[in-house]
Amino acid sequence: MPDKTMPEKTLPENTMPDRTKVGVGLFLLSEGNFFLILLITYVYFHSMPGDGPSASSSLNPMHTLVFSICLFLSSATIHLAGRSFKLGKRRAVSGWLALTVALGAIFLCGQVREYLGLFAHGVSINTNLFGSTFFTLTGFHGLHVLIGLFALAALLGIAMSGRLGEIKPSGFEAVSMYWHFVDAVWVVIFTVVYLWPLVA
Amino acid sequence: MKEVAIPEALGGESFELEAHEGWLDWVASVDHKKIGLMYLFSSLIFFLVAGVLALVMRIQLAIPDNHFLSPAMYNQIFTMHGTTMIFLVVVPALVGFANYLVPLMIGARDMAFPRLNALGFWAQAFGGLMLYFSFATGAVNGGAPAIGWFGYAPLSETAFSYGPGVNYWILGLLGIGVGTLTAGINLIATVICLRAPGMSIRRLPLFVWMTLVTAFLIVLVMPILNAGLVMLLVDRLLNAHFFRAGSGGSAVLWQHVFWSFGHPEVYIMVLPAFGMISEIVPVFSGKPIYGYDFVAASTVAIAFLSLTVWAHHMFAVGLGHTFDLFFGFTSMAIAVPTGVKIFNWTATMYQGRVRFTTSMMFAVGFLLMFTIGGLSGVAFAVVPIDWQLTDSYFVVAHFHYVLFGGTAFAVFGGAYYWFPKMSGRMLDERWGKVHFWLTLIGFNLTFMVQHVLGMLGMPRRVFTYPPLPGWEAMNMISTVGAFILGFSVLIFIVNVVVSLRSGKVAGDNPWGAWTLEWATTSPPPEENFAHGVPPVRGRRPLWDLAHPDRTDEMMMKLAG
Repeated sequence: MPDKTMPEKTLPENTMPDRTKVGVGLFLLSEGNFFLILLITYVYFHSMPGDGPSASSSLNPMHTLVFSICLFLSSATIHLAGRSFKLGKRRAVSGWLALTVALGAIFLCGQVREYLGLFAHGVSINTNLFGSTFFTLTGFHGLHVLIGLFALAALLGIAMSGRLGEIKPSGFEAVSMYWHFVDAVWVVIFTVVYLWPLVA
Repeated sequence: MKEVAIPEALGGESFELEAHEGWLDWVASVDHKKIGLMYLFSSLIFFLVAGVLALVMRIQLAIPDNHFLSPAMYNQIFTMHGTTMIFLVVVPALVGFANYLVPLMIGARDMAFPRLNALGFWAQAFGGLMLYFSFATGAVNGGAPAIGWFGYAPLSETAFSYGPGVNYWILGLLGIGVGTLTAGINLIATVICLRAPGMSIRRLPLFVWMTLVTAFLIVLVMPILNAGLVMLLVDRLLNAHFFRAGSGGSAVLWQHVFWSFGHPEVYIMVLPAFGMISEIVPVFSGKPIYGYDFVAASTVAIAFLSLTVWAHHMFAVGLGHTFDLFFGFTSMAIAVPTGVKIFNWTATMYQGRVRFTTSMMFAVGFLLMFTIGGLSGVAFAVVPIDWQLTDSYFVVAHFHYVLFGGTAFAVFGGAYYWFPKMSGRMLDERWGKVHFWLTLIGFNLTFMVQHVLGMLGMPRRVFTYPPLPGWEAMNMISTVGAFILGFSVLIFIVNVVVSLRSGKVAGDNPWGAWTLEWATTSPPPEENFAHGVPPVRGRRPLWDLAHPDRTDEMMMKLAG
């Protein structure tokens, strides 16, 4: 047994993984499964389209790509914010966080605009299966972006009031992990929902 | 205000905990022991409620052509009975034990996220209340949901369940689901991050092992249920089309989503029970568990396989030959690691010095009853047998042998085993044995005959039946058995109440057990181990402590 050599005095948290990261990781694993089911449902119904609006007839991938790029970029900015946080550069942290919030907000505004456009063309959640699956999938993603924005805004508020020292590195890391997850989910959704009809 | 110092290992700060009086002491608590007990208490309350619902059903079914209940009421009652027993009784009971025991067993101060722990319990409790609010929607609106615990579409859609009852069911289950999910995350983080020095993964008590695997299943499959429920809710409230065949939706999709959660859920409900048996049997056999590694590894195998068997609930759909073969095969395969465990427990008892305490009797009862339930389960993996018996009373008998004969027996065994630790007093053994025998007799009277009724063709979920030959007598036997079972639960509750006041004082380690929870006082102090955690150099730290001349480590060296 390998652990025989382990000194008995070792304190648990020094050798064991950080619990905040483990907890958030598990939470994101479950969130991933949640989105997986919504995505499978989307794909299932997309593969046998019925009457009425569909992805290819209603969606504009180029428009969506513009605000999607903002979300993709925000993954980089939160990463830079985290790096500045580790290096103790407080003003840089605030700057990168503010940019992340702004990019996330642009994404949400883009999504709202897209929804309003669809509503105007008579596509809504009760129109047909495309509407049901599309709005449920992207709506839940949008909700996750919104929650992420609240968390980022809270971090930003703390950073701007100069109390960044009170935040544990793992707490900052948790928000960052969540934001990367939200971004990664959108990569998959964007590919399946917007790009697939272009090639199929 | 009470100053609580956090050990250096956990960051070394201290924080102020507000000390509350009376009930606020419980409601505002973030202590894993108090939350564990609250889980167990709420589980017991809902057990009584759902038990009464079961007795009402058995009264209705006692004689043919009975009109004690209306058909609509009967449908509501079996739905609420099933939903309550699964989501508000069995899972909270197991989460409650895990909450109480896991930190103690691994030598931790508390769970990884104490406040999340409290949130999970209250989400679960309010989810339960939300579910029961459906009765208050009134008969005009259809009352409580009448869709069965698996809520098949399109029955659960507005076209057939127009009242708000199903909405309450969905929202209640979402609350409960969030609660269970947080408990799962918390338990994994606790086991991964907070083990005492020396408590390596291969020294974990088996109850902790099984809880860990169960918690992973929870994290993986609860979101599947939540996604399904969300889609159903969107269908019902926003007129979407997911499961509405009339506008292109798919009712079979609901079945896939529900059962890809639902079958792992069965293992979520039984693996921790396996863990309890794996603690109880060795202690009362005076021997370490036979084949620790096999018990642990077979649990992991069960968990993986459990994710691949769901469509055996759907053979009657007509999925096609290939599908049926695949799911029939995986369902048979999962019996193998389960059978491994049965052999492990039996071999642990073999040539042991067996002490037949009430706890051990429930454990042995579990072995026998669960094996019967397991065997009828394997029978269902044979597709033609499933086609013949599906939706009959044979199914009802099967899963009650698994969930009552299995899980409930193990939970009762665990209750007698750990009650002294939780309360500081012993449960009365004489009444315990009366409780055991009445449970065993009542349970078998109730459910054994249902195998035969099912084979004779009595469908489940019918509110009454004609006086066919044999049906009358067997249903009456079943009803009598159910009342004996109900009476046995009353004996248990009286035993708990009386023993809490005047039971024999337990002491730290009344059973001569070996795992860490028995090293501290009964009940444990708020910080769990007032004098530090004993050194952990093997799987049985208290044995090593009591027998420094022949510790497990030395014996293993001797054995080579």
